[in-house]
Amino acid sequence: MLKNRHIQGWLQASPLTLVLIGFLILPILTIVVVSFWRATEFSIIPDFSLENYEFLFGSSVTYKVFYATLKYAAITWALTLLIGFTVAYYLAFHIRSQTMQIALFLLCTIPFWTSNIIRMISWIPFLGRNGIANSALQSWGVIDQPLEWLLYSDFSVILAFVHLYTLFMVVPIFNTMTRIDHSLIEAARDNGASGFQTLRHVIVPLTKPGIMIGTIFVLTLVMGDFITVRFMSGSQKANVGRLISNDIALLQYPSAAATAVILLITVLIVIGILLRFVDIRKEL
Amino acid sequence: MSKMRYSRRAVLKSGAAAAAASALPAPMVWAQEIKDITLRQFGTGVSNLNEVGQKVKEDLGFTLEMTALDSDSVTQRAATQPDSFDIADIEYWICKKVWPTGNLQAMDTSKIKNYDKIVGIFKSGKLTPESVIAQGTAPSTVGFVEGPGATAFATEETGWMTLIPTIYNADTLGIRPDLIGRPIDTWAELLNPEFKGKASILDISSIGIMDMAMVCEAMGEIKYADKGNMTKDEIDKTFAIFTEAKKAGQFRAFWKTFDESVNLMASGEVVIQSMWSPAITAVKSRGIDCVYQPLKEGYRSWGGGIGLSKSLTGMELDAAYEYINWYLDGWVGGFLMRQGYYSAVPETSKDYMSENEWGYWFEGKPATGDITSPFGDVLAKAGETRDGGSFYDRMGSVACWNAVMDENQYMVRKWNEFIAS
Repeated sequence: MLKNRHIQGWLQASPLTLVLIGFLILPILTIVVVSFWRATEFSIIPDFSLENYEFLFGSSVTYKVFYATLKYAAITWALTLLIGFTVAYYLAFHIRSQTMQIALFLLCTIPFWTSNIIRMISWIPFLGRNGIANSALQSWGVIDQPLEWLLYSDFSVILAFVHLYTLFMVVPIFNTMTRIDHSLIEAARDNGASGFQTLRHVIVPLTKPGIMIGTIFVLTLVMGDFITVRFMSGSQKANVGRLISNDIALLQYPSAAATAVILLITVLIVIGILLRFVDIRKEL
Repeated sequence: MSKMRYSRRAVLKSGAAAAAASALPAPMVWAQEIKDITLRQFGTGVSNLNEVGQKVKEDLGFTLEMTALDSDSVTQRAATQPDSFDIADIEYWICKKVWPTGNLQAMDTSKIKNYDKIVGIFKSGKLTPESVIAQGTAPSTVGFVEGPGATAFATEETGWMTLIPTIYNADTLGIRPDLIGRPIDTWAELLNPEFKGKASILDISSIGIMDMAMVCEAMGEIKYADKGNMTKDEIDKTFAIFTEAKKAGQFRAFWKTFDESVNLMASGEVVIQSMWSPAITAVKSRGIDCVYQPLKEGYRSWGGGIGLSKSLTGMELDAAYEYINWYLDGWVGGFLMRQGYYSAVPETSKDYMSENEWGYWFEGKPATGDITSPFGDVLAKAGETRDGGSFYDRMGSVACWNAVMDENQYMVRKWNEFIAS
């Protein structure tokens, strides 16, 4: 009987297991295997060689690019968290009627009905040297010369990231906030807590799982991105994703795979550290 | 009612088929089956035009499926997926990379009707008997092999061609004369601090490095033995100069696609940059002044051609030869030349161009009336002449061809460093 239940459990879990093996584990294993191969300009040679990793760790470009990637991720995370938390807080606690909450929440998602790329590229004419931002600032007399750093700079890259990914922070935070029992907040107030104290000691701790999920979304999206960095920096900046895409374009699959493995490990370490602070499963 | 409409459509359909059949050139015995043939062509955007596909269907009867990709993807596909295409429309430097993989088959020149009329650049390498072959991967150096199955290039005409040349041009810097306001005559101007934050170069390593070399040589900083095949030392020096300029903020952006180059120029973000001829046209057609500036050091040239997949045999192979002959027969040539490119057999294209068009595009004469692109945009008005002049002026001052170097992998790594710096 027990054994039977055992089998039943395995059978129930097997479809998901198979899907995960086929579409997650195997591709990652392939990438790991290929990262040890060698490549010439137009052929790939199965081998066990540390050449790709040696080059990767031996090149100053790698460190620079990983630093840039982490920098983009950190700044984007901080800004999306600030904006996302504020928006979610407003929606969850200041809007009383549920209908209104849902309506406003849907409003937040409207920009996401168009493609990612279009939302990103539409910044380019806006921020350009003769773009709307510069001409408006000039006509208001704020500046005399167009601001060059508005476009094709770290500023424009981060701006686009924040614009693209804030919703990924809003959604999980809003979700956990709506599940906070309002009597807890009333209790805090009855016990004399100020608004800030309530926020700090009641709401933030209870929203942590949402913040963490949003953080994971934003970090992985930013660290894996290459197209935003390419377009918004006018190809002048590089992150790890661009390094990989350049390698792939030049048929250097093994070298791309090695970079991908290191990126994967980096992201996993970052998420591992984050999960030390919050146990998502326990608090969900 | 619906039944009637159906039958009427069926009648029309069979009528059209009959008309098409009678219009087909006579000697094709396989006229019946030819409409079932589909040839899959892929290549860079320049010559992969839907108009060509439609015209093939009209004139030859079979279907040509076209896929346009960027040069990197084209190389990748030609090298790694020989069964995914029948016809590869690639550049000569790509051919140098891809041919050794054995994915393409050599073509018998005796089956090419207009072979004798193909411009000298693609055969002996010389435009006129006095010309010197330019540096880089000149088409003639990778244009022939000893025989079918050979993977090494021959040094002279052999009767077995790797690619049938289809399209080529001479590239230079594009400028915005209205924003620069003074004459530009050398490649060195790209790094002139006067244009700080207003210059751009293309982010395709194999082509970008050549533009860089033209600039460094024009500045008198480096003298290359062969710009198309640099030594590691030359590569290092070139990147050192450009990295310094990049750090000083010389470049506004780098571009990778045609559209990006057009937008950078049209919006005024950039006033001087490496550019392709149709991009200049696209900027001009928006009513913005833009010149494809001839420079005293000469042009960086490129050429493309059609290669056949090794898996092409039998009737499909015959159809492919039919297609190549049709390609060189003039219609496509005229179509491409009216956009500013050159055809491998210019004289056949003449029949498909007006005297005004031929004079403007090929002979470098002032236009006698409006010059329009095949898509109807006005590109030049009466009295204007083409930037750079005639075919012989332009193709006669080619300084180097797009190339792939022996130190390519090293160069690519340095390129990545340059972008990340």
